[in-house]
Amino acid sequence: MNFRKYLLILIPYTWLLLLFLVPFIIVVKMSLSDTEMAIPPYYPYFTLSEGWQGIVNFFSELDFENYVFLAEDNLYWKAYLSSLKIALISTAFTLLIGYPIAYGMANAPPEWRPTLMMIIILPFWTSFLIRIYAWMGILSQEGFLNQFLLWTGIIDQPLTILNTNIAVYIGIVYTYLPFMILPIYASLEKLDISLLEAAKDLGCNRSQSFWLVTMPLSKAGVIAGCFLVFIPVLGEFVIPDLLGGADTLMIGTILWQEFFANRDWPVASAVAVVLLLLLMIPIILFQRSEQKQREAEQ
Amino acid sequence: MKRFTWFNAVSLTLGFAFLYIPMLILIIFSFNSSKLVTVWAGFSTKWYVSLFSNDAFIDAAWVTLKVGFISSCAATVLGTMIAYIMVRGGRFFGRSLFSSMIYAPLVMPEVITGLSLLLLFISIGLDRGVFTIILAHTTFSMCYVSVVVSSRLASFDVSIEEAALDLGCTPFDAFKSVTLPIIAPAVISGWLLAFTLSLDDLVIASFASGPSSTTLPIKIYSSVRLGVSPEINALSTIMIAIVTFGVLTTSIISKRAIKRQRLEEEQAFKNG
Repeated sequence: MNFRKYLLILIPYTWLLLLFLVPFIIVVKMSLSDTEMAIPPYYPYFTLSEGWQGIVNFFSELDFENYVFLAEDNLYWKAYLSSLKIALISTAFTLLIGYPIAYGMANAPPEWRPTLMMIIILPFWTSFLIRIYAWMGILSQEGFLNQFLLWTGIIDQPLTILNTNIAVYIGIVYTYLPFMILPIYASLEKLDISLLEAAKDLGCNRSQSFWLVTMPLSKAGVIAGCFLVFIPVLGEFVIPDLLGGADTLMIGTILWQEFFANRDWPVASAVAVVLLLLLMIPIILFQRSEQKQREAEQ
Repeated sequence: MKRFTWFNAVSLTLGFAFLYIPMLILIIFSFNSSKLVTVWAGFSTKWYVSLFSNDAFIDAAWVTLKVGFISSCAATVLGTMIAYIMVRGGRFFGRSLFSSMIYAPLVMPEVITGLSLLLLFISIGLDRGVFTIILAHTTFSMCYVSVVVSSRLASFDVSIEEAALDLGCTPFDAFKSVTLPIIAPAVISGWLLAFTLSLDDLVIASFASGPSSTTLPIKIYSSVRLGVSPEINALSTIMIAIVTFGVLTTSIISKRAIKRQRLEEEQAFKNG
């Protein structure tokens, strides 16, 4: 029995060690290596042929040069800060748009709710790339939005939206909206209606009871939704690449360029390690708030 | 007390319009006869014809389906094993490392996962191709499968399993004839999730693929970078149609299954 249990554990454990942990150690090691104009484009590489001396040499060649380079080059600072800014602003917009939708769903008659849920989840199953692509045709110079605005006479010159940060915000809000709506809806649906009735009896009007009762009780859903949007947006690549322009700086696109265009693997790895360290902060905060939530429910 | 207000109705309508209008426009203009995607020039299905005669797209679609099918099957088996270990396994050496390795890929940015796997494949000298994409997709989707399956495993009564063991089942028999039928809906939705994640993935596949193995998202991405094209609209329409059909069918089937189960329970209750 025990032997079988360990066999059962061993297979996925080894898989994750080999294909998740080991690759990550390689990234850290690569970030401490030097860039070389060769194949492979880095130095030193690990060989066992030189024996113990080879291993000693290998470790003595590793240094923090790439991190110093990242810290000294303005581009990377700007990219990290601008990723943070874009992630924060788009999370705020997603919340502003997502909350009323979740609120509407929670207030809808119970027999509608499964259908409404389905309507929210369905876009999530369709390809991410296609949803971004759909906006390219809408936001371009001769796109549908400009055609519509010109037709209504609101503007007389087409607006430049595609390849700006505004397009990036629209793309992020559009693709991550379900991640915001679902946790908020889950917390609003659990809300006890008698609390709202009590607030009404005690003289609250609709907006007072919303701000004093509904809003504080849906806080857990709001926090979860914000983290679920903020964390993946920070490392986003496809949206800034397709909808953003020359002034859109995001760390995901920088990493991609360092690797594929500049072929600077050590710097790309250092960028990845710093991004991961940056992500640890919201992830740990999120875990703590989830734990607090669980304790509060018990 | 009436809860559903005008404000609710308006925000739902606007929200759903925001979610669906871009896709509707995409679908409508896949039937446009003009090469300009944004100007309507009459109904035509010629972009579908040209899509199906474009070998590059057909090949990429085959690669994607192959990768998606194999990786989601592997991910379902491994993910179910992980879920079983995490929920029923008790204590074992390295459990906390194991659980962080399961949750980390869920929050890891795709660029980092892709980069790290590529560096691994290069350093062990594995040629990149369909096989490496399958390895990469299995690794991240098994974590999603394990989350879906373990929530189902945690919510059902262990004593049923224990009863099977007491009645002389081997642990494997007990799993096969008691546990698996109960968690089957979660295993199926885990498989579907893994399959869609694989079909959808661009970033990790770009790192893990070689020159001979282009998946559909990589192909779409490289042609979309050059601008909007009606062929991509046609392709997107087909993909949206397949997904909508799939999601609606599974939800109807699962709703029926729940209804039937309820009826059977009622019947059993009546019969005493």
